[in-house]
Amino acid sequence: MTPSSKQPYRAKSHGALNHARTVRFTFDGKPYEGLEGDTLASALLANGVHLMGRSFKYHRPRGVMSAGVEEPSALIGISRDKSNSGARVQPNVRASVQEIYDGMNAVSQNRFPSLNFDLGAVNSLLAPFFAAGFYYKTFMWPRKAWDKVYEPFIRRAAGLGESPTETDPDRYANRFEHCDVLIIGGGAAGLMAAKTAAAKKQRIILCDENPSLGGWLLADSDVTIDGKSGTQWVKDTVAELQANENVRLLTRTTGFGYFQQNMVGLVERVTDHLAQPDMDLPRERMWQVRADKVVIAQGAIERHLVFADNDRPGIVLAGAAQKWLNQFGVTVGNNVGVFTACDTAYAAAFDLYEAGTHIAVIVDQRATVDQALLEQANELGIRVMPNAGVVGVTGKLRINGIKVKTASGSEETIEVDALITSAGWTPSLHLYSQSRGKPIWDEASQRFLPGQSPQACVSIGACNGTNDLATTFAEAAKATGGRAPKLEIENDVSLAGGTIGMASESAETGKAFVDFQNDVTAKDIKLAVREGMHSIEHVKRYTTNGMATDQGKLSNMHGLSIAAKMLDKPVPEVGLTTFRAPYTPTTFGSFVAHARGTLFDPSRKTPIHEWAQENGAEFEPVSLWQRAWYFPRPGEDMHEAVDRECRTVRTSAGVFDASTLGKIEVVGPDAAAFMNIMYTNGWDKLKPGRAKYGIMCREDGFIYDDGVVGKLSDTRFHVTTTTGGAPRVLNHMEDYLQTEFPDMQVWLTSTTEQWATIAVQGPKAREIIQPLVTGADISAEKFPHMSVVECQVCGVPARLFRISFTGELGFEINVPADYGRAVWEAIWERAEPAGACAYGTETMHVLRAEKGYIIVGQDTDGTVTPHDAGLSWAVAKSKPDFVGKRGLQRPDLTASGRRQLVGLKTSDPKKVVQEGAQIVADPEQAIPMKMIGFVTSSYWSGTLERSIAMAVLEDGFARMGETLYIPMEDEVIEVEVEGTVFYDPSGEKING
Amino acid sequence: MVEATPTKRIAPAEGFRVANSVVSIETAKPASRISLRATSAGARSFEKSLNFALPRKPAETASAKGRHALWLGPDEWLLIDEANPDDSMVPRLPNKQFSAVDVSHRNMAFIVAGPGAAATLNAACPRNLSLAAFPVKTCSRTVLGKAEIVLYRTARDTFRVECWRSYAPYVRDLLAIASKDAHI
Repeated sequence: MTPSSKQPYRAKSHGALNHARTVRFTFDGKPYEGLEGDTLASALLANGVHLMGRSFKYHRPRGVMSAGVEEPSALIGISRDKSNSGARVQPNVRASVQEIYDGMNAVSQNRFPSLNFDLGAVNSLLAPFFAAGFYYKTFMWPRKAWDKVYEPFIRRAAGLGESPTETDPDRYANRFEHCDVLIIGGGAAGLMAAKTAAAKKQRIILCDENPSLGGWLLADSDVTIDGKSGTQWVKDTVAELQANENVRLLTRTTGFGYFQQNMVGLVERVTDHLAQPDMDLPRERMWQVRADKVVIAQGAIERHLVFADNDRPGIVLAGAAQKWLNQFGVTVGNNVGVFTACDTAYAAAFDLYEAGTHIAVIVDQRATVDQALLEQANELGIRVMPNAGVVGVTGKLRINGIKVKTASGSEETIEVDALITSAGWTPSLHLYSQSRGKPIWDEASQRFLPGQSPQACVSIGACNGTNDLATTFAEAAKATGGRAPKLEIENDVSLAGGTIGMASESAETGKAFVDFQNDVTAKDIKLAVREGMHSIEHVKRYTTNGMATDQGKLSNMHGLSIAAKMLDKPVPEVGLTTFRAPYTPTTFGSFVAHARGTLFDPSRKTPIHEWAQENGAEFEPVSLWQRAWYFPRPGEDMHEAVDRECRTVRTSAGVFDASTLGKIEVVGPDAAAFMNIMYTNGWDKLKPGRAKYGIMCREDGFIYDDGVVGKLSDTRFHVTTTTGGAPRVLNHMEDYLQTEFPDMQVWLTSTTEQWATIAVQGPKAREIIQPLVTGADISAEKFPHMSVVECQVCGVPARLFRISFTGELGFEINVPADYGRAVWEAIWERAEPAGACAYGTETMHVLRAEKGYIIVGQDTDGTVTPHDAGLSWAVAKSKPDFVGKRGLQRPDLTASGRRQLVGLKTSDPKKVVQEGAQIVADPEQAIPMKMIGFVTSSYWSGTLERSIAMAVLEDGFARMGETLYIPMEDEVIEVEVEGTVFYDPSGEKING
Repeated sequence: MVEATPTKRIAPAEGFRVANSVVSIETAKPASRISLRATSAGARSFEKSLNFALPRKPAETASAKGRHALWLGPDEWLLIDEANPDDSMVPRLPNKQFSAVDVSHRNMAFIVAGPGAAATLNAACPRNLSLAAFPVKTCSRTVLGKAEIVLYRTARDTFRVECWRSYAPYVRDLLAIASKDAHI
């Protein structure tokens, strides 16, 4: 297909784009041609297309209004995939920001079946039902209609555009950066600030959201600086900055968030403007900048005028029209009207005139207009109507005329094909406000201005309310420690003046939009005030004014003024809403950056992981670790594999990778004293070479962690913790050591990863490992249960424990981690012929449950004391103090009725209850039943050929033998309460 | 001490190397390491076995003959010996004024080198790595993304990144992807 027209609105004499560099793209499937450097908006306007979208609530036809990020109406869907797979689809892209590239597919939103004919526009007829606060009124009744009618309707209506359906294939980068001065905004103010700072050899980052630096200077054809045009001054200054190695210039980069201590978030759009980006480039790059000083040079945003039907396509902001003309070489129409309340629109009109556009009329709201402007208009033969207002327009998909109420009160219709408007300029306080600075009301200029920020930042130029270039330059130089430059500036147009609120009484009756993106009219604001919303915070939420993704960049001041006038209060008393990050919509991808897929979180693996993988293990995540869960043989399901593993351990032996267990080396002359303080049990009597099970409480007396501790010498303990608890236990210990017991001479070192830990458990455990061990006698007599010895295993230094978490004869071999796999294989070489198996965490869980060993975090939940868990034997009575001792004496922890850990056996031995299931005494009682406890662990025990469970139960220890009930959805399961040790209660095997 | 052992040693991310025009990332050779915690008297006592003085100021390092001492806290140092095997630096006799724990196998290291080294690290490390703020021979316990690391600038454009062994694949992959952006 070939483009249907040849850019009829392109002004050959204007703009900075190269007319030889054409770019082809489609909008709603129709091919168009633009120029390299065009935004989608400027390219469509060059083709005479104003209609670009449908509004959110009423589906009103909308054109583009602005040439910047404030654009509320022309929100477009962009598909970056050739295949249209749905992965690189982005909704709500602002046509005024998106640069075109060859092959770009853009689609309009919120219309069906087409932009010109949209069935959803019927909403306009239903407008009375969508008045302010309609969420709170219309849908309250009848109740039943909420689920079936209202909610689905609201959900369908909520949000604009289509979300992507596939995983985002693009890469997003992140960079932390530091600098002396961060300058946000590369217009006249920002460039001058950078120039001054650069002269002082400071490290500077200057960012600007546009593709080129220069800001409004690029759109100003008249101003001269020391005889140079504005664009030439920009060019020279940028070249100077580029040559300076201390300066980093970032274009297409938005300062979107101002955080604590001068941390500012910038997002750089790297490839969105490229037709065929290098695959090695990230789509976007997040810069997290910590700056000694931040210079905010965000500029000002032009406001629209509030009159009836002010949203019709063809009505644009005057500054935008000037920018499109002088930067892009595009005229917004052939016969343009002007409606203004300030001087800058005159400059736009005069520029358009020079480009050959007929200016039908300048309607000025002000009674008095600057004489020089009137004379200039007169010279060009442009009609000016002071003290007049536009009260309506004709044309729906594109305006074709304006209705003007003249100074004398008569009405006149004037033919136009576009209308440029300006209500004046709003200083952009977004980042200043985000820095926690309070906006200050300036009564004279009817604007909020920045004051003193609590952070090291300063606002300069138009965002500081400065209206002219000379003062802006002086402010900029001063902000970075320089002197006001002596520059001769001519033909500068002041940003002063303007109006806020309703521009004509037409806004009282017609649809006069205040907020375009959320379809909020002047009438809506008035209604909200009438219905009792007297603070702008309430008005905002009731009407949704300023709550769209543009954060009310155009609408806030108008909304505030309308509310203030109605309430007859000064503006600051009605308030100004706080600005929050992000300044403009920011992709999730840029926040996520690298943290996706395998880089979302570290996936920790043991030195034996790969062996388990090669031997068919299934894995389960335990905190950040991947642990071997069970080792199914061909044809086995999990249940069968675990059954076999359990039986094998009990009858022969099993080998288990326990490397993830937390390990802390406690060293120093006060090591034993420290252990006494941190653990509930006593450590004084423990001899070197012996090990002990320890419980650790928090100050409140609840179980925090547990584990076996080996005493290597009088000054050295090898402490083990739960897998998930390792980091917090170390912190907990270090915390007490540093804050409560700083006089103790003892030090803590995490050794979790120094050691690979291999558990060999079962009747044949000793026979399997014996030949591999040197330097220690591990016979039953010399090396009883709960022993530890430093020796060699397979010739490498080892810490060998005789301990058991299975109830069988067991050893845990710790070797330096690099040797883990080789030692495991050496053990496996002996274990396999002996009929042993490798087992995983599931079998470990079953075996320990058969013995009634608890797992902290499964059988305890932060409200279980050692006494509740049946571990009173591990709480020393004679110790003067330990962490949790006083907590355990609290009346509620000693009162009766506490939930205590017990064993449960189902009456039907085949029935395995669900973990977490609630327990009741009487299943016949009325619902809601009184729940007296819940199941914490539940397994099928192959060894016992029945189900076993543990539970916490009110007064559980006193309920031995009682029959209780577990009501489930479809049945009631009968259980009997008993002790937690189901297997080998006498402990014969463990001591074998 | 291990004597001529047939037991095979497998270090994490062994032999890993990626490089582009501005940065290279490779796994450092196995080294012996000690986590040293000590009173000031203990530090003086330990120094005798080290043959050079431990650094006493925040972020300082000291080295001689392939041995490095990194200041991590007022009573904490990480000692790295690139030349000798496991636990070579652990004193044989207990001392009541310090704790020297062998962490040779707990840690591993990557060497990030080249003009884009700092930029590579700054993709996920929030420290200011300019030469002024983080000069040569400086160290810091910090983070790289979600992994804790000890960062040690051994030369103008060379950093040693120490991390715990199970974090090695994460650190490796993160550095590799970050290196793509290091020319900026």
